[in-house]
Amino acid sequence: MESSENQKKVLLQGNEAIVEGALAAGCRFFAGYPITPASEISEILSVKLPELGGTFIQMEDEIASMGAIIGASLAGVKSMTATSGPGFSLIQENLGYGCITEVPCVIVNVMRGGPSTGLPTSPSQGDVQMARWGTHGDHPIIVLAVSSVSDCFSVTVKAFNLSEKYRIPVIILSDEVVAHTRESVTLPTTEQIRVFDRVKPDVPPEWYKPYADNNRGVPDMAALGDGYRHHVTGLIHDDRGYPTQDAQEIEKFLGRIHGKISKGFQDIMVIKTHLMEDAEIFVIAYGSVARSALRAVRDARELGIKAGLVQLVTLFPFPRKNVDIYLRQCRAVIIPEMNMGQMSREVSRINQADCRIVKHNKINGQLITPDEILKHLTTV
Amino acid sequence: MKSNERYEIRFSGSGGQGIITAAVVMADAVGSFDNKHVCQTQSYGPEARGGKSKAEVVISNAPIDYPKALSVDLLLAMNQAACDAYFSDIKSDGLLVVDGGLVQQLPTSRSVSIPFTQIAIEQIGRELVANMVALGAVGYLSGQVSLKGLEQALLSRVPKGTEKMNSEALQAGIEEAKKIDLDSLPRSVLSEWDDEF
Repeated sequence: MESSENQKKVLLQGNEAIVEGALAAGCRFFAGYPITPASEISEILSVKLPELGGTFIQMEDEIASMGAIIGASLAGVKSMTATSGPGFSLIQENLGYGCITEVPCVIVNVMRGGPSTGLPTSPSQGDVQMARWGTHGDHPIIVLAVSSVSDCFSVTVKAFNLSEKYRIPVIILSDEVVAHTRESVTLPTTEQIRVFDRVKPDVPPEWYKPYADNNRGVPDMAALGDGYRHHVTGLIHDDRGYPTQDAQEIEKFLGRIHGKISKGFQDIMVIKTHLMEDAEIFVIAYGSVARSALRAVRDARELGIKAGLVQLVTLFPFPRKNVDIYLRQCRAVIIPEMNMGQMSREVSRINQADCRIVKHNKINGQLITPDEILKHLTTV
Repeated sequence: MKSNERYEIRFSGSGGQGIITAAVVMADAVGSFDNKHVCQTQSYGPEARGGKSKAEVVISNAPIDYPKALSVDLLLAMNQAACDAYFSDIKSDGLLVVDGGLVQQLPTSRSVSIPFTQIAIEQIGRELVANMVALGAVGYLSGQVSLKGLEQALLSRVPKGTEKMNSEALQAGIEEAKKIDLDSLPRSVLSEWDDEF
């Protein structure tokens, strides 16, 4: 993030930075139901959105919240919801509807200990595979992870941009530590931020086919009320948006909604690397654990161990090409997670380089410490 | 402070004592007014009052990786339970600061005991601001923050109408801390051999 002399540093919480990122990206509609540790997002937006002419609605539950943001986005407004574990379960119902109708929207899930109501005030990374596969059916989805306050801002902007560009719900996974950590940051100004808005049709309304393929695989999107015919259904549909049972049309439709994400791989899959140039052993981490990992890697370097860190920003689609390079470069990889190994299975899946994979899993509601990771780096 | 060194403060007590607020004001002063890197974290239970409350402030001249405390330079304990639970996390040349009225058993003589709550009641007239009295002392004793910045941060964060009361509490804490001679304390929190005769 660029900073300049005249921009003042501010002390922000992760959740506050998500709000700032969303507003900077053009979010003007929020529907949600408060839940620890995500409540600050709703709380602050309930004040800020009306000031900007936007809309804040506290819904009766998270099923309705997800429905509301899909509706708002169909009407042309960038929209978001935020929740945690139990609410994220309810989100899944309508999330699939968002995927099949290709409605841009952003869902923030601040992970806390589970299952069920679990540990409301403790961090976890237990919802990673759920974010990918929580709603039924083969569906494309983008899942991004945040690990610091400045990430919370920039990744949220990125989430909105990707959702608009590819017409797809984007999930941001945060966790209790990231959400409630305050840091002094300098936020970029509006001019410094790249904002992508969905492409609207430029054909006359009578020519408009709302789900027609094009070279990006992402149909132009008219807002409801713009005068363009727009039939929206959760059934598999043809170019016009009407339900179809035709095998060719089904294949064409599902092929396109998966294909549009494959076409955008380079754009969508993002990792950050630290000290990887000459690394012989490395850590793959995301979320708050990536910060523990960075410390561990620096401590290992002090001990003469050539260690590095690959921090995953994009969790899904899994950035396999980016990670594969380092699996081939290094003899071993440590994968610390506050779950039973949900991302390590993704790494195992693509590991064709005989890189030794060492899992480190912690599910007691406490953040993994640098020492726990360092122990592996010094002994593996 | 060397470029990569950290100074770590832990504020601890029970829920409702304003532990987290004190840490947030400290972090704001260091980050927004002194322009250092700062990371403030907290942990608390699901209860609104009572239960353990802990907040940490990590200060550095370089960007901060691990956001929580690794070994504590200054521990503020606002009750005995917090003192007992967290004392062992202090580094050997670290400092223990306690509310003298609420913490009777001190695990080390490298400690500063000031009756924050009593001062709040007697000098300010409100027990509520004991956290700000403590913050004044912590700010002064840590040597990590400009006292002017601390007051500015406090004024920008407390509810309207309570500025005077809070800033008086902060000053009271600073004044008490000025009376402490840190050089007269033992150099380490660890015990040294002492003949028992």
